[in-house]
Amino acid sequence: MSSTQVSSTPVQVAAPSNTLTTSIGRKVFMAITGFLLFGWLVGHMIGNLQIFLGQDKLNAYALTLKHLASVIWIVRIVMLAVISIHVFYGITLWLRNRASRPVKYVKEATVQATLASRTMIWTGLGLFLFIVYHLLHYTFIVTNPQYADLHDSLGRHDVYSMVILGFQNYLISIVYIVAMFCLSYHLSHALASFLQTLGWNKTEVQPLIKKIGYTVATLMFLGFSSIPIAVLLGIVTLPGGGH
Amino acid sequence: MNLTLYVWRQKNAQDKGHMETYEARDVSPHMSFLEMLDVVNEQLLLDGKEPIAFDHDCREGICGMCSMTINGIPHGPEKGTTVCQLHMRHFHDGDKIYIEPWRARAFPVVKDLIVDRTAFDRIMQAGGFISVNTGGTPDANTIPISKKAADTAMDAAACIGCGACVAACKNASAMLFVSAKVSHLVNLPQGKIEAAERVRKMVAQMDKEGFGNCTNYDECEAVCPKEIPVKFIAQMNREFLKAKFKK
Repeated sequence: MSSTQVSSTPVQVAAPSNTLTTSIGRKVFMAITGFLLFGWLVGHMIGNLQIFLGQDKLNAYALTLKHLASVIWIVRIVMLAVISIHVFYGITLWLRNRASRPVKYVKEATVQATLASRTMIWTGLGLFLFIVYHLLHYTFIVTNPQYADLHDSLGRHDVYSMVILGFQNYLISIVYIVAMFCLSYHLSHALASFLQTLGWNKTEVQPLIKKIGYTVATLMFLGFSSIPIAVLLGIVTLPGGGH
Repeated sequence: MNLTLYVWRQKNAQDKGHMETYEARDVSPHMSFLEMLDVVNEQLLLDGKEPIAFDHDCREGICGMCSMTINGIPHGPEKGTTVCQLHMRHFHDGDKIYIEPWRARAFPVVKDLIVDRTAFDRIMQAGGFISVNTGGTPDANTIPISKKAADTAMDAAACIGCGACVAACKNASAMLFVSAKVSHLVNLPQGKIEAAERVRKMVAQMDKEGFGNCTNYDECEAVCPKEIPVKFIAQMNREFLKAKFKK
């Protein structure tokens, strides 16, 4: 019997790695942190919309939050961690994805990928820059220090007037509305795909999930942008009726 | 019909490569895309030039060998077909056609339009199998399998491993291919035994090969000649998470 030479190149099989370093593991972290950020934003939007209930309601709400100082700081620290993970993984995944195709196509075409899905990194980075400014503007009151001295008749910090004074500046309002567009555009792809990343999808329900994602993203845009628009249109005005 | 072809020419893996222009004259609308290239190559040979190298085998749309990106779309503009099943009647006289190889770090160009897809083989060797003891052929139907599970597994098993999903993905991700293999096996009882180990190893190998990550563009399912849906990627993600919790 002649011996058959089986030529087989020894295969270097990768050792199963840590969840955090695998592609799917990182994507799952993106989906979870993204969803937490979305949940936080829904709460933030509902809080903000109380501006339409008047000065007293909004300032009372702001004071309640202030009295929950320890809870607020826990939430802030958690959100800082969540956003750091989301931004860090977002950038590193994007860099790796770019490196996966070192030679580009001369003729590039797109069949069905949405523009929102292809611009996640840019809408995301835009939002990140906006969040930094937004915190300096309204939370830490660094850019407009005069806001710190605003108080209502009950001696509470006058958040209501602060918001109106801020949005009466056209540039601030425009930046805010553009940022909210980035947010909803980012969310339109995110909400349509986070269940897929977390392992749940059915071809039959995919169009419905996408529709829900787009609708919620649009509602978020309308909810947040309604405030600067209402201020600019004079629907929400300063307590003294001043503009 | 007469066509202008812009074709990627690259001598070997070390060569930088470039686009070259060819005129394809009197192309019959009944030709397949590969037959059109055969005719162009015959002319190139008559002219004493190097013919365009491209992969092909069965020419019946089942082997997954033909691999070229036509006007930016892997396997060309027709949905659910391989290049060999794409006919010239879908093009018009005077069309300009760009023909390029699959573009991915994990699929290096060997020559012209031919790329090295052994990265897929290594992913399969990492876990794309079931272990069976040798012996007589098992009787049919000894293990009951529901119609639904059999159908789902069969849909995933339709994957011919051509790599169009990688070529189409903006991230050059291999998730549709790997998920088709994972789902094909895990939906059947025989594949459940090694399910956790399989998905872990295949994903690790996929990452090691340098493919990108899935960001849910869904470009892969749009170009897949076997129309494999992205729901299998969701199933792979689920299997991967299940495997993590099992550890």
